[in-house]
Amino acid sequence: MSPSGFRSRASDLLNRDPGLVLAVFGGIYLAYILAGLVFGFSVRGHMNSIANLTFYVAVFGMLALALNLHWGYTGLFNIGVVGFMGIGVYVTAVLAKPPAAQGGAAQVGGFGLPLGIAAIGGVLVAAAVGLVVALPALRLRADYLAIVTIAFSEIIRFTFMSDTFQSFDVPGTVDIAVGGVTLFSYDPAAEMVGFGGGGGLILNYVDPLEAILRTLFLWDPYLGLVDAVSVVIPSNPKPVVDGFVYGLVLLGVVALYYWLLSRTGESPFGRVLKAIREDEDVANSLGKDTSRFKLKSFVLGCALMGFAGILWYAGRGSITPPSFRPNITFYVWIALIIGGAGSNTGSVLGGAVFAALLYEGPRYFKNLVQAAVDIPDGPGSFGQAMAPIGASLDPVPFLVYTLNSIGQLRLVIMGLVLIWLMHNRPEGMLGHRKETAASVDLSRPDRGGPDEDVAAADGGETR
Amino acid sequence: MSETTEQADRTAAEASNADERGRYPLQVRNLKKTFGGITAVDDVSFEVEEGTLTGLIGPNGAGKSTTFNLITGMNDPDAGAVRFNGEEITRLASHEIADRGLVRTFQIARELEEMTVLENMMLAPKNQRGEKLWRSVVPGLRDDVRRQEEELLERVWEVLDFFEIDHLAEEYAGNLSGGQRKLLEMARALLTDPDMLLLDEPFAGVNPSLERRLLEHIHELREDGYTFLIVEHDMDLIMNNCERVIVMHQGKILMEGTPAEVKASEDVIEAYLGGEV
Repeated sequence: MSPSGFRSRASDLLNRDPGLVLAVFGGIYLAYILAGLVFGFSVRGHMNSIANLTFYVAVFGMLALALNLHWGYTGLFNIGVVGFMGIGVYVTAVLAKPPAAQGGAAQVGGFGLPLGIAAIGGVLVAAAVGLVVALPALRLRADYLAIVTIAFSEIIRFTFMSDTFQSFDVPGTVDIAVGGVTLFSYDPAAEMVGFGGGGGLILNYVDPLEAILRTLFLWDPYLGLVDAVSVVIPSNPKPVVDGFVYGLVLLGVVALYYWLLSRTGESPFGRVLKAIREDEDVANSLGKDTSRFKLKSFVLGCALMGFAGILWYAGRGSITPPSFRPNITFYVWIALIIGGAGSNTGSVLGGAVFAALLYEGPRYFKNLVQAAVDIPDGPGSFGQAMAPIGASLDPVPFLVYTLNSIGQLRLVIMGLVLIWLMHNRPEGMLGHRKETAASVDLSRPDRGGPDEDVAAADGGETR
Repeated sequence: MSETTEQADRTAAEASNADERGRYPLQVRNLKKTFGGITAVDDVSFEVEEGTLTGLIGPNGAGKSTTFNLITGMNDPDAGAVRFNGEEITRLASHEIADRGLVRTFQIARELEEMTVLENMMLAPKNQRGEKLWRSVVPGLRDDVRRQEEELLERVWEVLDFFEIDHLAEEYAGNLSGGQRKLLEMARALLTDPDMLLLDEPFAGVNPSLERRLLEHIHELREDGYTFLIVEHDMDLIMNNCERVIVMHQGKILMEGTPAEVKASEDVIEAYLGGEV
C-alpha cells in the first residue's frame, strides 16, 4: 500500500469519531455503575446489570446499523425487521438442535449440525427470504414496501405458530443417483423437525458462547477466567461471567457491522444508494440500474438482521413466536431515529442510548429502587392505587403501582420521546450529519499545475 | 447564411444516405402516447443532427416534456420507435438508455439534496468499479476502487472548474440556488460521458447572467462535438442559439426548420398567440 493510502486510512479512522462513541458509552456505563453503587448493589447484581446492558446496547446497535442501510442509506422503508430476525434464529435452531430421538419424544428435533454452520444457514435463509420479499416489493413505491414488510413479518410469526409447520417427518435417506451410480447419499440424523408451533422450540444445543470460544480455542482460558472471578463471586460465578463475556463478544460484532457498513456506505456503491434515497429517477437517468442496487442493499440488510436475531435469541433456553412481534421492529426504528438515519456512528449511538435509557433504563430503575427500599405489595389496579391519595393524601400505593407497571410505562415513555424527537430534533442526536459517500477524501487533489487552463481545455472533451 | 448551410446540409444528406446514422444520432419515428383520453404525443417524428443545438419549442401542453420522457425511457410510448446511434432504444429502461450515451436533465432541477455537490458529481461517471458491493467491501480489492475514485475526482474537479461551481463543491446540493442547480445538473450529466444531452428547460428560473454562462458552456460543448436537444419556452433564446428548431403544438410537430423559417411561419405565430393574430 502506498504511504498516501495509509495516511488517508489513518485520517479516516480519526474522522470516524471513536471519541464520540467512547464518550457516550462511557457516560452510559458510568451512570449505571454509579447508580448501582449509590443504591447498594451487590457485585453480582452489578455485573449482571452491566452484562444485561451491554447485551441490549449491542443488539440494538447491530439492528440499527442494519436498518440504517435500508432506510438511512437506500430509503427502503422496512418495518419487518423482526421477521428477518425470527427467520435467522428459527432456521439456526432447526439446523442445530439435536435429532428428536435423542431429545425426547415430546419435542421436535433438528438436524444436529454444529452451531456455527447452523448460524450461517440462518443468515443465508434470512437473506434469501429478503430477496423473495424484495423482488416484487421493490417495484412498488416506498410506502408499499412498508406494507409488504410488516405483513411479511406477521406472516412469519404466524407460520412459526401454526400447527401445520409444527413438525415434519424427514425422509430417511437422500440419494442423488445418475444412471445407477450414486453420486451423493445423505442420511439426515433428523427424524422429525419443525418450528414447534405455539409452544416454540427448546434450544437444547451447545451454549453459543461456548461454541464461539471453543472455535477460537479460548475455552480453557475462559474456564480459568471463571475460576479467577470466583474469588469475587464465590457461589456459581459462571452465569455472571458468561453474560459479561457474551456482551463483549456482541460488542465485537457491532464493530464488525460498523466496519462492513462504513465500507459499504463510503464507496461508489453507497453513493448510488444515497442517490436512490434522494431521487431514484435521477440515479436512473445517470445510467444506474437502481433496482439491482436496491435489491443488494435490501438483501444485505436482511442478512445482518437475521444474524442479529441469532445473536439475540440463540443463547436463550427457548424461543417462542410471541418474541417476534412487531414491537421489536419499532424499537429498532426508535433507536435509529434517536441516532439519526443516514449515519453509521449515529446508529451505534442511537442503539446504545435507546437500550440504556428507554429499553433497560426503566427496568434498571425499578431494580435499583427494589434493592434500596423494601417495597410493600402494591395495589392491583389503578383505582386502588389512586384511592389512598384521595382519602388521605398517601402517595405510597400509587408510587408502588407505578413502579410495578414500569414495563408498560416504558412504551409510554418511548412514545413521548419519539414525539419530542420528531418535534425538536427529527434529524437525530448527531444533528444533520452525513457520512460522505466516497472511498477517498473528496477535497481538491493537490497536484499543483495551472488548474484553470487545463480545466477549460479538458472539461468538455468528448470520449 | 444559415439558409445556405441548410441547403448544403440537405444535399449532403441526400447524397450519402449510408452515413445517415452517424449524422443523425437521434431518430424519432411516429411516437405516440396517450394518457387516458388525452393524446399527449401524436405521431411525432424528427431527427437530431450530430453536433448541433436543436431546439424543441411549443406552448404549454404541446407535449415537449412527454416526448422527452418517451425518448429517455421514463415513459413507454404506445406506438413508434426511437433510435439512438443506429440502435433501437424504444422501451429500454432509462438507465440502459443513459448507459448508451443519451443523457437527460430535468425541467425542475432534481438535485440529490442531501448529498454534497461533490457527491452528486462523483455519482455520475459510468463503470465505477466500486459500484460492485464486494469490491468496495473486501480488503485488498478496495484499494483498486480508491485508485479509480482518485482518478475520477480529478476529472470531477476539472468539470467543476469548467462550470465555475468549484467554490460550491462542499455545499449540500439542496442549498444551491436554482441557477446553480441547473449548472450542477449539466455538469453531472456531462460526467457520464454522453454523446448527446437532452436538456429540459435548462434556462427556466435562471437569472440573466447565469443564463449567459450556461449558454456559453453549451456552445463550447457543442463545438467539442456534443449534440444537444433543448426543450425551451423562451422563443428568443432558441431562435438566437439553435441551428434547427422543432415546433410542437397539441402533441404534433407543427413545423421543423431553421430559426428564420420558423420565425416566418404563420402557423407558429398562431400556435403561440392562439390564432388571434
